[in-house]
Amino acid sequence: MARVEAEVGKRPEGVLGGLVKWIDDRFPMTETLKYHVTEYYASKNFNWWFVFGVLAFVVLAMQLVTGIFLTMNYKPMAAEAFASVEYIMRDVEWGWLIRYLHSTGASFFFIVVYLHMFRAMLYGSYKKPRELIWLIGMMIFFVLMAEGFAGYLLPWGQMSYWGAQVIISLFGAIPVIGDTLVEYIRGDYSISDITLNRFFALHVIVLPLALIGLVFVHIVALHEVGSSNPDGIEIKNNKDANGKPIDGIAFHPYHTSKDLVAIIVFLMIFFAVVFFAPDMGGMFLEHANFEPANMTATPEHIAPIWYYTPYYAILRAVPDKLWGFILFGLSVLLPVFLPWLDRCRVRSIRYRGWMYKTALTVFVITFVTLGWLGLQPATGTYVLLARIFSVLYFAFFLLMPYYTSKDKTKPVPERVVYHG
Amino acid sequence: MGKLKVIARLLVIVVLMATSQSFASGGAALEHSEIDPDNISSLQRGARNFMNYCSGCHSAKYVRFKTIGKYLELSEEQLIDNLMFNAEKTFETINATMPADSARRWFGTAPPDLSLMARAKGADYVYSFLKGFFLDPDSPTGVDNTVLAGTSMPHVLWELQGYQKALYSEHIEEGMTSHTFEGFELVTEGSMDAEDYDEFVRDTVNFLAYIAEPIRSERRKLGVWVIMFLIFFWILSAMLKKQIWKDVT
Repeated sequence: MARVEAEVGKRPEGVLGGLVKWIDDRFPMTETLKYHVTEYYASKNFNWWFVFGVLAFVVLAMQLVTGIFLTMNYKPMAAEAFASVEYIMRDVEWGWLIRYLHSTGASFFFIVVYLHMFRAMLYGSYKKPRELIWLIGMMIFFVLMAEGFAGYLLPWGQMSYWGAQVIISLFGAIPVIGDTLVEYIRGDYSISDITLNRFFALHVIVLPLALIGLVFVHIVALHEVGSSNPDGIEIKNNKDANGKPIDGIAFHPYHTSKDLVAIIVFLMIFFAVVFFAPDMGGMFLEHANFEPANMTATPEHIAPIWYYTPYYAILRAVPDKLWGFILFGLSVLLPVFLPWLDRCRVRSIRYRGWMYKTALTVFVITFVTLGWLGLQPATGTYVLLARIFSVLYFAFFLLMPYYTSKDKTKPVPERVVYHG
Repeated sequence: MGKLKVIARLLVIVVLMATSQSFASGGAALEHSEIDPDNISSLQRGARNFMNYCSGCHSAKYVRFKTIGKYLELSEEQLIDNLMFNAEKTFETINATMPADSARRWFGTAPPDLSLMARAKGADYVYSFLKGFFLDPDSPTGVDNTVLAGTSMPHVLWELQGYQKALYSEHIEEGMTSHTFEGFELVTEGSMDAEDYDEFVRDTVNFLAYIAEPIRSERRKLGVWVIMFLIFFWILSAMLKKQIWKDVT
């Protein structure tokens, strides 16, 4: 181990070394690289659940790059938006690939972020002292939802238009200010060219800037306290003579080489979708969105894109408009409080009792089922099911202080479990 | 290893669920179009059918003749002689001959652009629609459609298919009478028999599916190379990881 690290940490000689010194005298380049990369120690026993943060970063980078190229040909005007997307798909060299990368990237962004959040729930990553990382992460998630929502209006298809119509009008349920608020969001009395223009501004400037800033802070906060691990124990409690955690290995080259494998496996799945099923049977690109927006004809069945459907199912499960909106908002917000709702002293699922394990399993089933229900029409049995699973969704969070404090835990080992 | 297997199985199920195309239809069961996107001669016949029977009223305004010619293996002369009835240059897009304003006046609604119809509605929908016209004396066009009830489109292909009437069975349940569609019965013969007409519609739908996403075949071909490259790269990266992690104990 010492050999590899010595090579990585060494300052180059000759002209390059001189240049590095010149910069280091003026800017903490080597110091920053050491702190965040070559001497950032994370547990050696990470399993594959720990790759989704890096994958989210890869997807973010890809969305930014493909997004820049899309804006070069996209026209944010109601009269031209739909046609400009088809222009990109048909006439711009490699435009189809850039567009599919971006549209598939949007869905995969949510896939990896949901799995990243689930990892935190598996191993108690949000627990003290990592509450702030979790809070910043939740802010990233909210901005991401807004970013996806704004972006979905831009192709100006039927589902873009009517999906936005349904979601924006939800704010009308707020007493007193509701109607005015809806007008402020749309900038008009209905969704129009003006709405499209401002959503474009939000999608390409405001929200991406916020995302980048928050991701930066998320990582800085993470590197301050150090990464969690599958055993949920602090590797900083066991340091060697040099003050380096015994069970920690440097981010580079160890974790980077492992992450590279994960990135390539991820890309295989991602590109399989991009090249062989870019609309995923209507899940990633909804069929109705291949018809241009038409404010005089409602599509037969309006469903938001899949990554919002768990919350949408909760919204529709409530018969009252205002309460539906409140519970919808609450269902999105509740995970914020996880660090304080979870009273268990043990972090990792490995050493938790049957109660949390059962609750988490039921929650996963609940979340997936709600997501599926949000895609179905709100009729008969579907509504009944949505109500049952909505109760289960809230129960998971609201009963958490009870079942996590009662749960019988197993003894946590002193050192991380690692089989070579 | 067990966990990985479970995840792999789940992935397969998700992909199967997601790729089994589900399109909204007006309740009528759709017939399978069984189109073959790789059959170039079927696409050529479809292009001919489209230009002869559809493009009088329907545009395909995102589709350039040049693009079609390249994939359908047609020379510029062949394009000009056989397909470009109302266009001069091959970079032009397919426009309807009938002005949209007149169409709106005559039919109450402008015929939709067909560039993306097969992608928005599905090939089976268009296939069933083109086979679904039946006589209806109450309709201004004399026909209605099982797939899109109340359509303002006349049965343009009646010369080929002939006219058919819809057969229903009647059910009386708790005093409510309901009708179930049972099938068609040919009333007036067309110039084609049922099999030839199916083939004619299939070719046309095949062409519509092609123009909905002209890049489809190219992206699938390219995809194979991309995945192969990634598999190679995966092996290298796994070896690299193993090498670097050798001294982690």
